[in-house]
Amino acid sequence: MRAPREHYRQVVRQTPFHSRTAAANVLNLWHRWRDHTVADAYFDVALEYTALRNACAVFDLSPMTKHRITGADALAFLNRLVTRDVAKIRPDRVGYCLWCDDQGRVIDDGTIFHLGKNDFRLCSQERQLDWLLTSKLGFDVTIREETEEVAALALQGPTSCRVLRQLGLAGIENLAPFAMTTFPFEGTDLLVSRTGFTGDLGYELWIAPSHAERLWDRLFEAGENHGLKPMGTLALEMSRIEAGFIQAGVDFLPADRAIRTDRTRSPFELDLAWLVDLTKPNFTGRRALLEEQARGSRFRLVRLDVEGNKPARDAYIYDSKRTVVGAVTCAMWSPMAKASIALASVRMPWGSPDEELWAEIYYQKELKWSRVNARCRVVKGAFYDPPRRRLTPAPDL
Amino acid sequence: MTDAGRTVVIGAGHNGLVCAAYLARAGREVLVLEASHQVGGAAVTRELVRGFKGPAVAHLLYLLDPVVQQDLGLAAHGLAFVKPSLKTIALNEAGEPLVLDGNQIASGPVSSADRTAYTGFIDRMRRFAAVLGRQHGRIPPRLAWKRWRDALPAGLIALDIRRLGREDMREFLRIIAMPIHDLLEESFESPLLKGALALDATLGTKLGPRSGNSVYTYLHRLSGPAAAPSLPRGGMGAVSEALASAARAAGAEIRLGSPVASLMLTGDRVTGVRLDTGEQIDATAVISNADPKTTLDRLLGARHLEAEFARRIQHLRSIGTAAKLNLALAALPAFRGVDAAQLGERLVIAPDPGYIDEAFNPAKYRDWSRAPVLEITIPSVSDPELAPPGKHVLSAIVQYAPYDVAAGWDTQRDALREAVLKLLERYAPGIRKQVVAAELLTAADIERQFRISGGHWHHGELTLDQFMMLRPVSGASRYAMPVAGLYLCGAGCHPGGGVMGTAGRNAARAVLEGSSR
Repeated sequence: MRAPREHYRQVVRQTPFHSRTAAANVLNLWHRWRDHTVADAYFDVALEYTALRNACAVFDLSPMTKHRITGADALAFLNRLVTRDVAKIRPDRVGYCLWCDDQGRVIDDGTIFHLGKNDFRLCSQERQLDWLLTSKLGFDVTIREETEEVAALALQGPTSCRVLRQLGLAGIENLAPFAMTTFPFEGTDLLVSRTGFTGDLGYELWIAPSHAERLWDRLFEAGENHGLKPMGTLALEMSRIEAGFIQAGVDFLPADRAIRTDRTRSPFELDLAWLVDLTKPNFTGRRALLEEQARGSRFRLVRLDVEGNKPARDAYIYDSKRTVVGAVTCAMWSPMAKASIALASVRMPWGSPDEELWAEIYYQKELKWSRVNARCRVVKGAFYDPPRRRLTPAPDL
Repeated sequence: MTDAGRTVVIGAGHNGLVCAAYLARAGREVLVLEASHQVGGAAVTRELVRGFKGPAVAHLLYLLDPVVQQDLGLAAHGLAFVKPSLKTIALNEAGEPLVLDGNQIASGPVSSADRTAYTGFIDRMRRFAAVLGRQHGRIPPRLAWKRWRDALPAGLIALDIRRLGREDMREFLRIIAMPIHDLLEESFESPLLKGALALDATLGTKLGPRSGNSVYTYLHRLSGPAAAPSLPRGGMGAVSEALASAARAAGAEIRLGSPVASLMLTGDRVTGVRLDTGEQIDATAVISNADPKTTLDRLLGARHLEAEFARRIQHLRSIGTAAKLNLALAALPAFRGVDAAQLGERLVIAPDPGYIDEAFNPAKYRDWSRAPVLEITIPSVSDPELAPPGKHVLSAIVQYAPYDVAAGWDTQRDALREAVLKLLERYAPGIRKQVVAAELLTAADIERQFRISGGHWHHGELTLDQFMMLRPVSGASRYAMPVAGLYLCGAGCHPGGGVMGTAGRNAARAVLEGSSR
């Protein structure tokens, strides 16, 4: 007889850093990310954000879904899965990518780590094993979810390189954006990639769960004089909006969760045309995207600079004739841009650069609701984009 | 010749030949590549043993498309019938068999109530089947409407159903997905009659009489213009030969012994085929008469398809459950209660629905039936040229013997043959001593010899989950495949199998109209 399995008793798991994150979380603010307990904030959202933008901050990334893809057809498999040309992601490099369903609607976005010959890791916010196994038909690949086998921290901010040097990672400043390298760490391998979700200089650290707590401790020792703070999801969310990054379930609905087909978005409709390589002979969604390209897209994702200081959360977007043309997907007051900023999805043909749009913002002061119509300007690129993000060698502040 | 370039048809099955003939008549340069050394796919007349020829697999003609017959002038190409309309004789181990002749019960051990009810039942079923029949020659509507005019063909189907009238429409909608067993229980009381009708509903499918959908498969069998199956002169192979002759006359070239190994792709377009020999043949369009799995999984490769679409093809249900027994007999066998003149008709062994259900049970669990259901013809009775004087060939479809038996057919084939012969001996005492040669083709043998995945004669179950706009799978029901330049034209497409030729005709139209999925 099979031994009874008790796994179901633990509905929500702790990350390998939990003993440390729990000690640091003086606010005791938590939420659930892919069935893991993670901190919303540790001590003060604004201060965590300030540490990130002015010194550096560490974020527990462990619940990020990680898939390992190996085998003779690993590259061919990934090239059929995602919209970009994976052959251009060289060994020891990381590539941002997204994948679509047959209709060319985005399922999720993520990063591909080219770990070695026929050896890749695909990271995504959502669980994707089912879709990967569906896509596996006809390919000689092995696909395994290894989320629990890899602990991960994001170390982000201007002093992040300095802290890693202090940790003893010699030469880390020479690691180029989207490159990765391995360092020995207390008897195991520490994989460091120059990647992140904050739009700033930053790194992601990948290690065996057994060494997670030790890494956390050593990192905080190294960062003691460099302003290192732990950072929760709320501060991360602020930084990713400033960077203009999109998030599944917030800025687009993953196609595999949609019931109403008009709620999904294509890569073109998410301003991610640069991730789509239609010269590849085939990938899932290519034929539909070719059709869309010929026919024209229905939506457009725009980055908005909103007049005034009221965050345009959940606001309807109007054109100058007061027609509703879309809605805000995320918005905030950006301390770095000193502006009220927003991402919005608008119907075509609205949202061309420098077009005047209006946001209808409802806000509350002491339980009294008010409304303001704020003029919006469509802007290109990130709201906050410090040059150090791209510099190699990285500035050693 | 038009400047459309060469069109390659993979497989000279009846649908491939029909498609080739239509395309050639429209001015296309058509090359048909057939793996075997004979045209016809599973509709061939083969020598079983010296002097004895019989239908290798398919043995009766139910549904041959009259439009195809007329358009291609098949009569002028040699198609003739030795028996244009066969009676069905349901064998009775205890004595007098039941004889069904069109919508009449000619004779047999049935109650007078059944005798009266039968005519009304068949007439009604034929009215319902005609609704399906009217869809055969239409390219199925798109499920996801891109334009409003896509809604029109779907509306036509609804209209056809509505035009049955209030009472018939209600009844049609009530029974269409029902098990045939329940419908027969409502309608009749004689076991032999119910057995014969339940066999019609389930033969060639992985359904038992108590399975849902078996009324639909019954109606499909009735959906052709003919009231009863027929026997072509020279066996089923003669149909294929006539089609090949019509295709050649129209200008198509047919190359035998040329198995296709794979499709050639340029970018996202099929631009030709590669043969087993390595020879490459360029084509502007490739039309495959092979089944959907063979075409898309093996010849094209799942990696050239969208992931979800590839999964749908993988999940296509195509486990064949019918085996084929071909016998060379030293003399005319004597079936209980059947006179010699009647031996040229269609004989069935399915004494009651329960018998069929019990024969079906093992198939659910990857085993074969020890007391199977049989559909028997002795074509040499009406077509003496098939066997030496005084001798005969017997052809029997044996069900249920699923493709995927757990023990593997190599160890089971002899036992199945033995079981069928034993069963035949019960109905035709002495027949075993008359056997000169016996050939048993399991679904696995049919897969190997005729290159049909799962050995399924419809290239995939023909049930409501795999019919019309869902056939073979949604997104591929309009003959054009997702990869440009590739089409399907076989039984795996609407309207399905059973030597109709309609799929080939529709596919040719899709190719010529350049219609998209």
